[in-house]
Amino acid sequence: MAVIRKIMCCCGSGLGSSMMVQLNVNSILKKLGKEGVTCEHTSLSEVNVNSADLFVVGKDIYPQLKDYPRIIVLDKIMSKVELEEKLKAAFEVEGDIIRIGVE
Amino acid sequence: MLDFILNILATPAMLVGIMALVGLVLQGKPVEDVVRGTVKTIVGFLVLSAGAGFLTGGSLNAFGDLFNYAFNMQGVVPNNEAVVALALEEFGLATSYIMVIGLVLNVVLARFSDLNFIFLTGHHSLYMACMLAVVLSVGGLEGIPLYIAGGCLLAFVSAFSPWFLRNTMEKIVETDELGFGHFGGLGYWVSAQVGKLFKGSKSTEEIEFPQRLTFLRDTTVSIGLTMVVFFLVVTAIAVGKGILDVDPSLYPNLTDLLVAGETKIHWAVWAITKGLSFSGAIYIILSGVRLIVGEMVPAFKGIAEKLVPGAVPAIDCPVVYPYAPNAVLIGFLVSFLGGIVGLLVLGLMNNAGIAIAMILPGVVPHFFCGASAGVFGNAEGGLKGCVVGSFIHGLLITFLPAIVMPVFGNLGFANTTFSDADFSWMALVFGNIAGFVKGMPLLVVCVLVYLAPIALKLVSKKK
Repeated sequence: MAVIRKIMCCCGSGLGSSMMVQLNVNSILKKLGKEGVTCEHTSLSEVNVNSADLFVVGKDIYPQLKDYPRIIVLDKIMSKVELEEKLKAAFEVEGDIIRIGVE
Repeated sequence: MLDFILNILATPAMLVGIMALVGLVLQGKPVEDVVRGTVKTIVGFLVLSAGAGFLTGGSLNAFGDLFNYAFNMQGVVPNNEAVVALALEEFGLATSYIMVIGLVLNVVLARFSDLNFIFLTGHHSLYMACMLAVVLSVGGLEGIPLYIAGGCLLAFVSAFSPWFLRNTMEKIVETDELGFGHFGGLGYWVSAQVGKLFKGSKSTEEIEFPQRLTFLRDTTVSIGLTMVVFFLVVTAIAVGKGILDVDPSLYPNLTDLLVAGETKIHWAVWAITKGLSFSGAIYIILSGVRLIVGEMVPAFKGIAEKLVPGAVPAIDCPVVYPYAPNAVLIGFLVSFLGGIVGLLVLGLMNNAGIAIAMILPGVVPHFFCGASAGVFGNAEGGLKGCVVGSFIHGLLITFLPAIVMPVFGNLGFANTTFSDADFSWMALVFGNIAGFVKGMPLLVVCVLVYLAPIALKLVSKKK
């Protein structure tokens, strides 16, 4: 399951910032011409490692998801430039382990 | 037929569904997306009501009765989700209309005034709309005048709150293209001003701080843990005072504790179950809210961006957390400490004969608002600014809700209330205005508040 089919954005209560990141991911996917990739958002209470192929979180949430094998960590969660760079990098790897933005 | 249409417009769940439908159609979405979005929005509203029922029946009413028995005072758990879920039973229709009118007027305000922010934190728009519906109906407004007055105030605060936070926000995110959209605004502003007293103190991010406490950001866990503690303490004291021997028919909310079935439940087991039930109810309510705002906000964002290209999006509070993860945790812990100190002070006031509601330190407001207050304090005054700023924030969100309780009318007896600072100051200001100016003049006041920023811009342009 190396192919990225589903992306999940996650924040504390799964209401506000993860939804904004999701909207950004969707618009970048469109720009990159990636079809057949869906993106959703969720809360820290509900997030599950099997619920998506790739996870996108802010640096502050990362300590709770640090065992996830495929994850993008954002320093500025609303920066589309940073997100686009990191998403591109993730699609280039598309392996079983994707860790981008992790120190 | 007319009856049928009026009936739909008077059923809150149907009404928000229709609003989602219109938003999706306006965006030119394909039919399957329109159907999906509309159904999910309606289901969201119904899930929210289910959560409200489980909340009151499962734990909140029992907590209120026990607290009263144990301390002879009113104990209040501040939690937006809880109070909104309860208030929507009576104010669902007004809340829906106020929210939609408020969103539209927010776009107009961003276009024609210097408050050029579009508020994109949909759940807070929903909660604020609900709060305004309550406060303004206590002021005698109903029907269309209520919807317009509430919409005006919602639009005003949606643009005003990010506006008065913009200077510190720019320091944190290093761009002026991002606004802070969270109705704890006054608390963050205070924290930032306090932080300015400690200019030059080293940043929270220069110290080592254990990140393991981030597990508390999982609200199901943190609400569960704190409510279990609250329930255990209050139940233990009530048991000590002999609640187990009273006539169960006097306390219908405590039936499962007091009436012996085949095996009588131990009070501690009961308390733990009730505390976790509270968390479960909030989980259900949040799922409902997520379904509602998940359809409305993207539509609103798309439409607003087209109409006002230069407007600044105001985003939910976690947007600042990655910039200072240490300040997030320090802010939460210190604000929570402020809440405990505040509670003790309220207790002393009650002992001195001043009857005031006991505001318990709700973990959700202290986490999300306290953390943000920590980041704002840190941005202006480093570690010292973060600690002192978020402590004062903790006191603020304890005393403000206590003072505000009376303007909520009957909802003031609900054992839960609005927590974040902007809800409190808006309720305090407009609830008290509504106490003096009733009916139509109140509508005029609300419209004037809304028009003031637009008028100010026109005047400054002429000069």
